[in-house]
Amino acid sequence: MIYQGKQKIWADYQKEIPDNHWFYVRSCIRQNFFPGAEKMFLEICRNLLGRDFFETEYHTTCGGIAYHCDTIPQETVMTIVARQFALMTEAGYENYVASCITSFGNYTEIIETWREFPELETKIRELLWKACRREFKIPKYLAHASDLIYKYRNEIAARAKYRLINRHTGEPLKAVEHIGCHYAKMFPSRGVGGAEYPYVLAGMIEAWGGNVIDYPERRHCCGYGFRQYHVKANRGYSLSNTHKKFESMEPYHPDFILTNCPGCPYFMDRWQYVIAETEGKTYGENGYGIPVLTYEELASLVLGYDPWDIGLQLHQVAVEPLLDKIGIEYDPKAKYLGLDEKDLMKPELPGVLRCC
Amino acid sequence: MDFGFKISPSSTINLDLVDTGKFEELHRLEPDVYKCMACGSCSSACPAGNFSGMSLRKVILALQRGKEKDAVSMLKNCMLCGKCSMVCPRGINTRHLILSVCRIYGEDQV
Repeated sequence: MIYQGKQKIWADYQKEIPDNHWFYVRSCIRQNFFPGAEKMFLEICRNLLGRDFFETEYHTTCGGIAYHCDTIPQETVMTIVARQFALMTEAGYENYVASCITSFGNYTEIIETWREFPELETKIRELLWKACRREFKIPKYLAHASDLIYKYRNEIAARAKYRLINRHTGEPLKAVEHIGCHYAKMFPSRGVGGAEYPYVLAGMIEAWGGNVIDYPERRHCCGYGFRQYHVKANRGYSLSNTHKKFESMEPYHPDFILTNCPGCPYFMDRWQYVIAETEGKTYGENGYGIPVLTYEELASLVLGYDPWDIGLQLHQVAVEPLLDKIGIEYDPKAKYLGLDEKDLMKPELPGVLRCC
Repeated sequence: MDFGFKISPSSTINLDLVDTGKFEELHRLEPDVYKCMACGSCSSACPAGNFSGMSLRKVILALQRGKEKDAVSMLKNCMLCGKCSMVCPRGINTRHLILSVCRIYGEDQV
């Protein structure tokens, strides 16, 4: 990556992230796609680093999916979000951290809208009171969960068992970082590093020993885009966007892709299978795909957690070539064994994309 | 395998591969072609546009992007009524420009 100019942008776009006492809200879809990610976030923050992270079983969706699919008006989303803020207030917290990028964008947009139109905030307070007799304070600090891992990146690096170094060549691993669109494209000042070259994931990769690749379509959407995917007639558009990104990054031979959004890792992972089946093309080495990881999964890997305990067997693209490069030990036979060695059953292998 | 959807062909245009010789010739003949700011007034005033897809704004853009066939096929629908000349905020003699495009990019030459 060429650093000239970017360091100036990064210096301008820094946000204050408190070190401790966070109210954590989960994502609607991440727990189904990559269930290990959120579990490992809490494991690392709470148990390993000893920070205070509170979560409640009473929180709901933020309404972001319906909002971005144009099926509910913003006032409805605001009232849902106001209830989440009420839960935070009742629990005695002031710092709010969201696991989902769209939730983070949603909260940022709503807080900004209330700042611009205070009468709307008053209306939402009334609606919330009528609906469930709750009151709320606006969070003092709002962060995305990747902001927190970014903040703790050096602590994680200090405890790391592995570095992002190719053990065969001794070179740093080449990483593509992909930031969810709703992280900083709507409000660049609310993301670490701004919208053009966000530093949040690049900072983690560098701290853990890897090299970030700068490629032409780096800021391009992964293709999920809610309406592009959820409407079947538009799915070709979703796939085409992902295809465009992979074609653009292919000449740089990335070892893995790091993401901080619920949709991006899923679609960049699964669409590699679809591209392989329809076009016969794979983007990794020797017929494999390029592994796509969430930042929690990567943090867990460098910290030495078992790859199968953090749910890497749920990725479509095989992660074993990456684990071999880093030198992470794993038991191939245990890949599809669940809790208490329960057999999760081996999925059928794809025709073109090579999997282990 | 048929998933019910597929990859759409990329609409990316590599301008390095576009031959701009004819457009430069057009520019020599009609220097005003560079005055167009693509406001679309010509297209909105065009009586043929609604029915045939004719749009002078699109024609100029297509010529700059090397899509000559698209431009010429659109121009076939022009009736040379001159309404576009009347509304152009840059005062481009659009009717003359259209005739020059036809002369340089005439179908037999594309």
